[in-house]
Amino acid sequence: MRHIISVLVENNFGVLSRVAGLFSGRGYNIESLSVGVTDDPKFSVMTIVTHGDDRIIEQIIKQLRKLINTIRVRDVTQMDHIEREMVLVKVHASPKYRAEIFGIVNTFRGKIVDLTTESMVIEITGTKDKNKAFLDVLEVYGIIEVVRTGSVAIARGSKATTDFTKQDLKH
Amino acid sequence: MSRTGAEALVECLKKQNVDIVFGYPGGVLLGIYDTLFDADILHVLPRHEQGGVHAADGYARATGKVGVCFGTSGPGATNLVTGIANAYMDSVPLVAFTGQVPTALIGGDAFQEADIIGITRPIVKHSYLVQNVDDLPRVINEAFYIASTGRPGPVVIDLPKDVVAGKTKTKCSGKIDLPGYNPTYEGHPLQIKKLLKELSEAKKPVIYAGGGVIISGATEELVKLSERIGLPVVNSFLGLGGFPSAHENYVGWLGMHGNFASNMAMTETDFILAIGTRFSDRSTGRLDGFAPNAKIAHIDIDPASISKIVDIDIPVVGDCKKVLKQMEEYLDKFNWEKNAESRKGWLKKIRAWNSERPFSYKKSDKVIKPQFVVEEICRLTDGEAIIATEVGQNQMWAGQFYKFKHPRQFISSGGLGTMGFGFPAAIGAKLGRPDKHVFDIAGDGSFLMNMQEICTAVQYRVGVKVAILNNKFLGMIRQWQHLFYNKRYSYSCLECQPDFVKLADAYGCVGLIAEKPSEVADVIAESLKIEDKPVLMDFRVDREENVYPMVPAGAALNEMIYGE
Repeated sequence: MRHIISVLVENNFGVLSRVAGLFSGRGYNIESLSVGVTDDPKFSVMTIVTHGDDRIIEQIIKQLRKLINTIRVRDVTQMDHIEREMVLVKVHASPKYRAEIFGIVNTFRGKIVDLTTESMVIEITGTKDKNKAFLDVLEVYGIIEVVRTGSVAIARGSKATTDFTKQDLKH
Repeated sequence: MSRTGAEALVECLKKQNVDIVFGYPGGVLLGIYDTLFDADILHVLPRHEQGGVHAADGYARATGKVGVCFGTSGPGATNLVTGIANAYMDSVPLVAFTGQVPTALIGGDAFQEADIIGITRPIVKHSYLVQNVDDLPRVINEAFYIASTGRPGPVVIDLPKDVVAGKTKTKCSGKIDLPGYNPTYEGHPLQIKKLLKELSEAKKPVIYAGGGVIISGATEELVKLSERIGLPVVNSFLGLGGFPSAHENYVGWLGMHGNFASNMAMTETDFILAIGTRFSDRSTGRLDGFAPNAKIAHIDIDPASISKIVDIDIPVVGDCKKVLKQMEEYLDKFNWEKNAESRKGWLKKIRAWNSERPFSYKKSDKVIKPQFVVEEICRLTDGEAIIATEVGQNQMWAGQFYKFKHPRQFISSGGLGTMGFGFPAAIGAKLGRPDKHVFDIAGDGSFLMNMQEICTAVQYRVGVKVAILNNKFLGMIRQWQHLFYNKRYSYSCLECQPDFVKLADAYGCVGLIAEKPSEVADVIAESLKIEDKPVLMDFRVDREENVYPMVPAGAALNEMIYGE
């Protein structure tokens, strides 16, 4: 199953490689990993999207907690949460098709951030599924390049994602 | 007061009560070595960094203190890697200092540069690259704390040359501020009560005690619990010594070369109380045949060890000693009478297994049996010696035929299986426990891997005794080739080896040889008289003796095989 793990870490150099190394060294798969500093510059949050059965996910969480620079680890998929990923896509857009593509971008609430006579760069945010649907539609026009950030996720409600206790979780 | 990073380092080591370090100098370490020259700390110079780190490991296992070693940048640091991995696998508290090229040169492929933090990342509990001399005292403080608390392990501190040479006023004390590191020591009372409830209902319960019992010093509590309820105790390999082997509730040692009674007890039990063990694959055998009828409770300080290999029904995260003490408090709340008879019958059955099939071998008065050598060492040291081992058949025979009485008496590379570990580890153990006889029970192959440390032992007058069970083979490899590869002894025969007696002589220590069974006791007795230098004993043993019983790889614990 797909899981989104949110990891609050000390904002030291080397922490990212410890986390990434833990996954590679123990044979766990990373679908995406995104890192950014929090409102307190001493800490960063990593959002890791990974796959595995219950046993593997339990081990991933426990092994992450074992790292000295790790403050909190939460499986966000066990909470009501919001997930977003940003995608920048460059697509062929000759004048003939431009209007059509504008329409698609509007439908998906994307943003055109660059335009030439031959191409467009579109910014879109959303869940992985929504972004995939968008890219599928654009495919017919000829995609030149795609870059994506990987997912970030946050729990709904007034509590910080990393502050939820076991009892707060759905199951 | 302002002092150099090197001076601060030595001051911090003193604050940590470090009285012995194992290190090998090198270009970038010269500042530290200049300071160590006048320091009130015994510095032991091994002849290879690997010897140094294993010695620090052996010292830590024998004393319970943190082992400290030094290696210079590049090759010095990479030579420490095996020893760091070894300490990591067996949860040994170790602080390894490595030299690093000056910060301005890092990343430029400078002379003797290696990214040791990157290289050791998967095999350390934690590591530091110190970039500012003012951080050094805090880092050392944290490193010793991390290495020795929770589940112990190795910590690497990488020291660029300019950082060590810099000046700092920072003090060596200070509060530890590690928001992400909070080991759990007390077990959860609800879980403990749940455990005791299930235990009281079990008819064939077994305690499965590992190295965590020794690390946390829980032997006394373990014995008390076992006696009070009448629980048989099975040890993991690294748990040997954690429960007195002469105790009437002692079953033996579990796993690939463990005894019949232990493997059978684990197969038939209905409740396992696992304490401080990580369910190594060498212990469990084939997982779907492991304890098929048992509920399992697991006490461990490392939450990640719980349900990692085997599904656990009742997890208790905490320090083994503390949790056993907590269990004592609740003990009277449960009805132990109800199943007392079943437990008695169960113990009787286990004892019958043990007398029916103890560890044994075919005795001989013509050729020296390796098991006999170990038995004689045990007899002549009254079971009181510290026994380090190399890896292979020698290690298994040491575990089978030395009868351990105390914790920290058995020093062996369990997790990593490092050949060459035993001899330097024995040197470290003897330096930490000069009051004890210390033996390295060795194979000829393993001993040759770090025999350069004879020099170290001679120089520092370390009276370790090396008992080489010399079969001119990589014995365990030969055994597997015998059993599973149709006796095709591919590159396992050590046809060329030194004359160990002359070798000892060349190094300025004592070499003894035994070629007949009748000479074994005399050689051991002779070695016991020599305390100020190492003794090499060359026991020419039966070349094709196998270790039995054996659970073949991929078999279940009750599928042991025996010799002819």
